[in-house]
Amino acid sequence: MADIFDAYALADAWDEMFERPGEVRTAYEPVLAALQPIEPGELRFRADQMARAFTDRGVTYAFAGEERPWPLDLVPRILDALEWDLIQRGVGQRVRALEAYLADAYGPARAFEDGVVPWRLLLNSPHFHRAAHGLEPVGGVRIHVAGIDLVRDEQGDFRVLEDNVRVPSGVSYVIENRRAMTRVFPSLFAEQHVLPVDGYAQKLLAALRAAAPDGVQDPRVVVLTPGPSNAAYFEHALLARLMGVQLVEGHDLVCRGNRVWMRTTRGEVPVHVVYRRLDDDFLDPLHFRPDSVIGCPGILGAAMAGHVTLANAVGNGIADDKLLYTYVPDLIRYYLSEEPILPNVESFRPDEPGQLEAVLDQIDQLVVKPVDGAGGQGIVIGPKADRETLERTREAVRRDPRGFIAQRPVALSTSPTLTGERMAPRHIDLRPFAVNDGNDIWVLPGGLTRVALQEGNLIVNSSQGGGSKDTWVLAEGPAEPPTPANGTALLDIAPRQHGPDGNPTVVQEGAQQ
Amino acid sequence: MNDVILSRIAEALTWTGRYVERADNTGRILDAYLHRMLEDPWRDEDMACRSLYAILGVDAGGTRVDMQQVLDQLAFDARSTCSIEGALGAARLNARSAREAVSSEMWECLNSTWHALADQRLAARRTGPYAYLELVRRRAALFFGLADSTMSRDDSWRFVVLGRSLERVDMTVRLLSVRVLDAAHAPDWPTLLSASGADEAYARVYGGFGDTPRVAEFLLLDRDFPRSALHALTTAEECLTALGRPRQDPARRPIGRMRTRLEYLDLQALEEQLPLLLRDLQTACMASAEAVAERFFPYQGPVEWAQEGA
Repeated sequence: MADIFDAYALADAWDEMFERPGEVRTAYEPVLAALQPIEPGELRFRADQMARAFTDRGVTYAFAGEERPWPLDLVPRILDALEWDLIQRGVGQRVRALEAYLADAYGPARAFEDGVVPWRLLLNSPHFHRAAHGLEPVGGVRIHVAGIDLVRDEQGDFRVLEDNVRVPSGVSYVIENRRAMTRVFPSLFAEQHVLPVDGYAQKLLAALRAAAPDGVQDPRVVVLTPGPSNAAYFEHALLARLMGVQLVEGHDLVCRGNRVWMRTTRGEVPVHVVYRRLDDDFLDPLHFRPDSVIGCPGILGAAMAGHVTLANAVGNGIADDKLLYTYVPDLIRYYLSEEPILPNVESFRPDEPGQLEAVLDQIDQLVVKPVDGAGGQGIVIGPKADRETLERTREAVRRDPRGFIAQRPVALSTSPTLTGERMAPRHIDLRPFAVNDGNDIWVLPGGLTRVALQEGNLIVNSSQGGGSKDTWVLAEGPAEPPTPANGTALLDIAPRQHGPDGNPTVVQEGAQQ
Repeated sequence: MNDVILSRIAEALTWTGRYVERADNTGRILDAYLHRMLEDPWRDEDMACRSLYAILGVDAGGTRVDMQQVLDQLAFDARSTCSIEGALGAARLNARSAREAVSSEMWECLNSTWHALADQRLAARRTGPYAYLELVRRRAALFFGLADSTMSRDDSWRFVVLGRSLERVDMTVRLLSVRVLDAAHAPDWPTLLSASGADEAYARVYGGFGDTPRVAEFLLLDRDFPRSALHALTTAEECLTALGRPRQDPARRPIGRMRTRLEYLDLQALEEQLPLLLRDLQTACMASAEAVAERFFPYQGPVEWAQEGA
C-alpha cells in the first residue's frame, strides 16, 4: 500500500529516522508505525488545526511583514537516552568553560597571559565592556541562560555550531510545540515515554532568584522586554506568565540612588533581578547607545553597585563571538582539564597568519560567517554561492579578517518533514537550553529543533523561512511504576449529588392540535 | 410578579448552573490529566485513570481502565450527569423547563452547544479530545457570561449562581482530596492547578513554586481567585443571604460556618488538618444543597392516579 513515506529518498546526509532506505532507527519505530497508516489528507487536516491553534494563541512570527503561525512539523525529532546524556554533559561542559572564560576575561586574564587566547580577541571585540570588568557576579554566574546550537554531521556525531550566551531565544517554542503536539496529535505519544518540558519556567525562576543580590530576603524578579513589536515578545510574555513575574518595559523602571524600582499603582517597588531580553547596546542609554529608547537609564550603574542583578550579565558577548568559538575546545582543556565532549565544526581563523590565504583560496568550498551575525544573516555557503557573491565575500574577508570565520560545510542531518502530500528529508539543527543557578547547570530535555523548509537549504532560522519540530528525549529504560496500588485509600470520596436531569417525571399525554 | 418564582423553576435554575459548572470543571480536569499523561514518562495509565474516576465520583470497576474508556465514560456518556455530555444535556433540559426565566441567549447557548457536541465527539475520536474539551470550556464561559450580562440580579439569577458556587466548591474539594488521600497516584501540583484554571493566577501569587500545602492553601483559601473554595463559599453565602431567612437558616448555616472556619484557619496547621477539612467542606456543601432543596423546592412526586375501588 502506498503511504506518505514511500517516495522518501535519503539525502546526502545523516538521516534521523532511517538508517538506510526502508530501515527505521529503533527510537523512531513507534512513531513511524503511528504515522504510516495515516492518509495525507488527514495529516494536512492536523497541520491546519495546528496552524489555527498557533494563530489563536498568538504563537506567530513575522515573515515578510506578515503575521504567520509558527511552523511546526508533525514528525517529532527523537533523541534516545544515550544521545541525550551526551548532549547534556557536552552542553554543561561548554557553559562551564564559557563561564570560566568570562570570569577570567573580566578578571585576572590568565588565559591571555598564558597564550591560550590572543589578547587581540578580547581587545578588539565590540562586545567587550569595561563596565563588566572586576564585577563579581552573585554565585559566580554570568550565563544564567545559554542556548548552544548543535548539528549532527555526516557520521552522526553531534558538533557545536555556535554558542549563544547573551539573550538566547526560542525556548517558548519548545514549550508551545509540545503543548500543540500533545493536543493535536495525542496518539503519537502512546508508545513512548517522553520527558516533559514544562519545568523550564520554574528552573529559570529558581536560578534568577538564586542570582539576587546578597541580603535580599524575597527577591523581586522581572522580565525586561523591548516591547510588543519585538519578534520574541511572545516568548517574553510567556516566560513572565509562567514564572508569575512582571513583564516590564524600559520606561516602567526607574533608577535612583543606584537602585532599580518599578512604577506601579501602589508606588515604586524595588526590583532585584532583571531577566533582560534586550542586547547590551540598548540596555542603558547612559552607558551604551544614547539613542536607545527601550533601555533603562542607570540600570548598569545599579548592577555595578551590586543592587540589582542583570541576567544574563553585561559583556557576555565576548564569549559567543564566533572567533572565540574556535578557541572553546582549548578553553575546555585549559580551565576544566577535560577533553571536549562535543567537538566543534572544523574552522579557519582568517585573522591568523597563513589562514587568510587558505580561506581566500578555497572560499568556494567553505562556509563564511560574520563573527557577530545573528539569525543566519550574512552567512555565505561557498559551494552554493554564485561567483559574484564569492567575489564580494572574498573582498570583505580580505578587508576585515577579524570580522569572519570560515568553516567546513557540514551536511546537517535530515529528518522527514511533511511537504505537501508526502514526507521529504529536510535539514535540521538543535538548540538545547541550559539554565545555570550557580550550583548546577540544568539542560531542558529536548530543545528547539529547527528545520530548513526548502529542499537542500542549510539555514534553519525562522527569519529565513525555517520551521520547527517537537523534540523528544526518551526516558531511560523501562518506566518504573510508582509503588503498588493501595486502592482503598481513594475511596473516601463522596458520590456526586444529582438534581433533576430534565427528563419529565410525569408522562405527558395528549397531542397538540 | 418578579418577586416570586416557582419552586420548580428555582430548582431547574440551580441545577442548570450546577451542571454547566460541572461540565466546565470536568473538561478542565480531563484536559489537564490527558495532557499530563501523554508527557509523563513514569505514567501508569491505569492508576492515573483511576484517580480521575475517583475525583469525579464514578466507580472505575475492577478491570484495567485506559484513556479511551475515561473519555467514553467521563466525557461522551450522555446518560450520566457525571460526564460532560450528560451534564450539558441535563443543563439544557433544565433550562428548557425554565425557558421563561432564563434569557433566550442563555438558552440558545446551551442548545447550540448540545447540538455541536455530536460533531466534536466524532472529530475527537479521530484526532483526540482537545477541540471537544475546548468547546465545552468556551461555551460554559459564554453561558455564565450571558447570565452575567442578560439576567437581572433577582432571585432567578441567585439560584443560578448558587448552583454554580456549590458545584465549584465540590469540584475543588474533589481535586484536592485525591492529592491528599493518595498522593502516589494523584496528579502533580501543576496539573492540579491547571485543572482548576488556576495555574497563572497561582504563579502570580506564589511565583511558580508549588508544594501540596501551598497549592491547597491557594485553591481553598485565596480570597481573590474566583475558583477557590473560600471565594465560592462567600458567593454562595451571599446568594443565600438574599434568598433565605435572615436567621437560623439551615441552608446558610453550614456554609457560613465553613466560610468563617476557612477565613480564620491557622495556616501552619493546614497540612495536617487537610483531610478533615476537605471532608467537612464536602459535607457542608451537601448539607446546604439538601437544605436548599427542602426549603425552596419541596419535592412533589409524580402524581399517581388510581381508580377507586379497583
